[in-house]
Amino acid sequence: MVALAPRVSGSAWGVYWIPRALHPLAWWLWALGLAVAASRTTNPLLLGAVVGVATWVVLARRSDAPWSRAFKFYVAAGLVVVLLRVVFRVIFGGGQGATVLLHLPEFVLPQPAAGIHLFGDVTAESLLVGAYDGLRLATMLICLGAANALANPRRLLRSMPPALHELSTAVVVALSVFPQLAESVVRVTRARRLRPGSDRRGFSAIRSTVIPVLEDALDRSLLLASSMDSRGYGRSGDRSRRTSSLTAALMVTGLAGICVGVYALLDGTTPRFLAAPALATGVVVGVGGIASSGRGVTRSTYRPDRWRAPELVTVSAGLSAALLVYLTSHVDPGNLNPSLSPLSWPQLPALALFGILLGLVPAFVTPHAVGVESQRR
Amino acid sequence: MIRFDNYSFWYPGAAEPALCSVDLAIEEGELALVIGLTGSGKSTLLRSVNGLVPRFTGGHVEGRVVTSGRDSRDHPPREFSGTVGVVGQDPAAGFVTDTVEEELAYGMEQLAVPPQQMRRRVEDVLDLLAIAQLRRRALRTLSGGEQQRVALGSVLTASPRVLVLDEPTSALDPAAAEDALAAVLRLVHDLGVTVLAAEHRLERVVEYADRLVLVDARLVTDGCPASMLRDAPLAPPVVELGRLAGWDPLPLSVRDARRAAGPLRRQLADLRPRPRMSPAPGSATEGLVARSVVVRYGDTVAVRAVDFEAAPGEVVALMGRNGSGKSSLLWTLQGSVGRASGSVRVAGQDPARLSRSAAAGLIALVPQQATDLLYHDSVGSECAAVDRAARVPAGTARGVFERLVGGAVTGADVHPRDLSDGQRLALALAVQLSAGPRVLLLDEPTRGLDYAAKARLRAILAELAEDGHAVVVATHDVEFVAHAADRVVVLAEGVVVASATTEHALAASPVFAPQVAKVMAPQEWLTVEQVACALGDRAVRHG
Repeated sequence: MVALAPRVSGSAWGVYWIPRALHPLAWWLWALGLAVAASRTTNPLLLGAVVGVATWVVLARRSDAPWSRAFKFYVAAGLVVVLLRVVFRVIFGGGQGATVLLHLPEFVLPQPAAGIHLFGDVTAESLLVGAYDGLRLATMLICLGAANALANPRRLLRSMPPALHELSTAVVVALSVFPQLAESVVRVTRARRLRPGSDRRGFSAIRSTVIPVLEDALDRSLLLASSMDSRGYGRSGDRSRRTSSLTAALMVTGLAGICVGVYALLDGTTPRFLAAPALATGVVVGVGGIASSGRGVTRSTYRPDRWRAPELVTVSAGLSAALLVYLTSHVDPGNLNPSLSPLSWPQLPALALFGILLGLVPAFVTPHAVGVESQRR
Repeated sequence: MIRFDNYSFWYPGAAEPALCSVDLAIEEGELALVIGLTGSGKSTLLRSVNGLVPRFTGGHVEGRVVTSGRDSRDHPPREFSGTVGVVGQDPAAGFVTDTVEEELAYGMEQLAVPPQQMRRRVEDVLDLLAIAQLRRRALRTLSGGEQQRVALGSVLTASPRVLVLDEPTSALDPAAAEDALAAVLRLVHDLGVTVLAAEHRLERVVEYADRLVLVDARLVTDGCPASMLRDAPLAPPVVELGRLAGWDPLPLSVRDARRAAGPLRRQLADLRPRPRMSPAPGSATEGLVARSVVVRYGDTVAVRAVDFEAAPGEVVALMGRNGSGKSSLLWTLQGSVGRASGSVRVAGQDPARLSRSAAAGLIALVPQQATDLLYHDSVGSECAAVDRAARVPAGTARGVFERLVGGAVTGADVHPRDLSDGQRLALALAVQLSAGPRVLLLDEPTRGLDYAAKARLRAILAELAEDGHAVVVATHDVEFVAHAADRVVVLAEGVVVASATTEHALAASPVFAPQVAKVMAPQEWLTVEQVACALGDRAVRHG
């Protein structure tokens, strides 16, 4: 990777390049920008560009932590999505379009499922509809995977407002339960096979695994709870009763406002004054509630993630990709969704491509990551 | 610093108290060691300090516990987080975050320590415990000793005045245990932290203790270690040797004992340890023979071409540090874990090729967590199920169990979880023995057992060997091996680095030598019993 290496040390430029983990929110906003861009188009060339950009940035800027290595699973999941879509088109396609690629015998299902046709002529048009659609979904999935690989989802939880601290701790604990459960299932199944006469299957086999695993999980959670308590989790500080009821009232009102607003926005028949204004009020009141509850929290954050120039660069790269593709949809909508009847080669809209390529900027002008070491030295 | 005032505690629904009228005062800067048999209430005592008992257990409390001026009746455990640090047996179970640095900071975040100070304290603790190289590591990838040091660090960052340690080394191999203990001692000496610790393997810590707290049958007594140990129900080997030889003051460390042992060594100079009483082992072809066994998990080779045998009537100890391939070897010998190459024969048959029930009649393995084998809700139904499954007359497993626990009658309707650790191990053994295997493999059976339970296990293994079983025990416990094993095989990185009789293998090694061997070197005495026997013989001959 050719990075613009710092020439002058000691300047702000030198500080900019110190390897560090970017604020997780920056990576998530960048990835969301790319995902929004992908959602506006079915053009395979543009979607390919988005996947390429996401992959390049992940390879250039991910750390060596376990969650970073999960990116390939997202790519695999994307491939499966595309394949499934195409296979479904072959099975249920029912031959729209004129360019027949393959003749298959057609089956019409009997009475209970009458009207469903299986197989039949496979046309290029129906395959392409499946492939384009699948590719769009796969690309969005890969964008999500990129965010996940670049920013530890748990760090994202840590940068939540202090009022949501209890909630995010609960999520963290829940996340760590699953690998532990898997480990104890493996251990107990292995042990069960050691017992004489354990060849039986069925209910008693399940019982003989489930009971020790659950006992184990229960023991562990009690230990964890007592450990967290003795290390100060849930210290309330000196929050007064009045503040807590004020907080509760603000939160409930805010949530109600958001619900009404979203409903009105999506349902055109609701009076308009219930839409944007109600949503805005709800958000404001909700934020007030979070702030008020955050004030009573006596807690501090170790090495809080800071928002600096590289974060701004990253976020603007992602957002401009979304913006330029959105603009293209007004200027040049045809090329975003290539025509299938008549069948034609997709064209590359320059503006949209430029926007997507802007998403590549963080691969060059952000500092390298330092990660969690998951291997023993 | 810690004061128990006429403190009694009853578990919910219990008629008898778990602790009865405890009066105890631990002064600032002391290292107080809590000793007692399993189930005597050590953990209950420790967890009362910051109020985890009764807040997490329920139950009834009388009297009070005051720690640095705070009464645990008025303050929940979280209010003690700045003054009392608690570390348990299984450090991994208490971890809240996923990397070392975040775990160290967790307690301080809850206490709202300003960020600048937090950075500073994390760095200090990383240095203090020598774990700076681990700072970015994921907690789950740490070894046991590293995990225990991180757990210690994670409570230290909150700069507590009191540390409560509940058997901090019970899950560790000897070297890792030394690491963890060295860290604790450093805290006591350099920072003056008050430590209240329970520890099974007394031999490791008793020499450093300022005060011994004995929990025996609900009653708590305390005093200076040397005088308490004169007649405590459990004592490290070096103290037993001192009692036997009548040394005064009683030595607590190998160093002190060695200085006192000159006359004893001279007295025994022309004697040799009496050979073990076990009958001459049979031929290994009747027992277990393994040749160039290789076990791999993907790219990692866990066992590299190991030759191993165990003859009927023989107890073989398998030693080596954590991750040296002991467990992998045991599981492969049993046949559940596939081997990449090599051969295993039990009485001429390969257990991996037999059906599970046929293999269970040849070779049995008791895994590290013996409770994984048990899933019925009472001892009676557990035994009955095994009798049916192994097609043996009803009552066989129950009979074996009762023989193993030494006739201590337990009701058939007791839940296996309510048994003591030793009894639970005996139940798992009874389950595995019911199909009548010739070879018995045990993975770390001494974990969590006190001296009495270990002595009982020793007797059980000796009996099984006498009955013609070949017994293989993987363990870290040097003193246990010194008593129980005929032969020792040491593994390192999946390779056999030593295979010799117990006397030769243990006496020569600086890490594995039991305390008596260190005191009596260069003579090859391993246990107090051997010395007592020799002294007895001499007395008879001279009398």
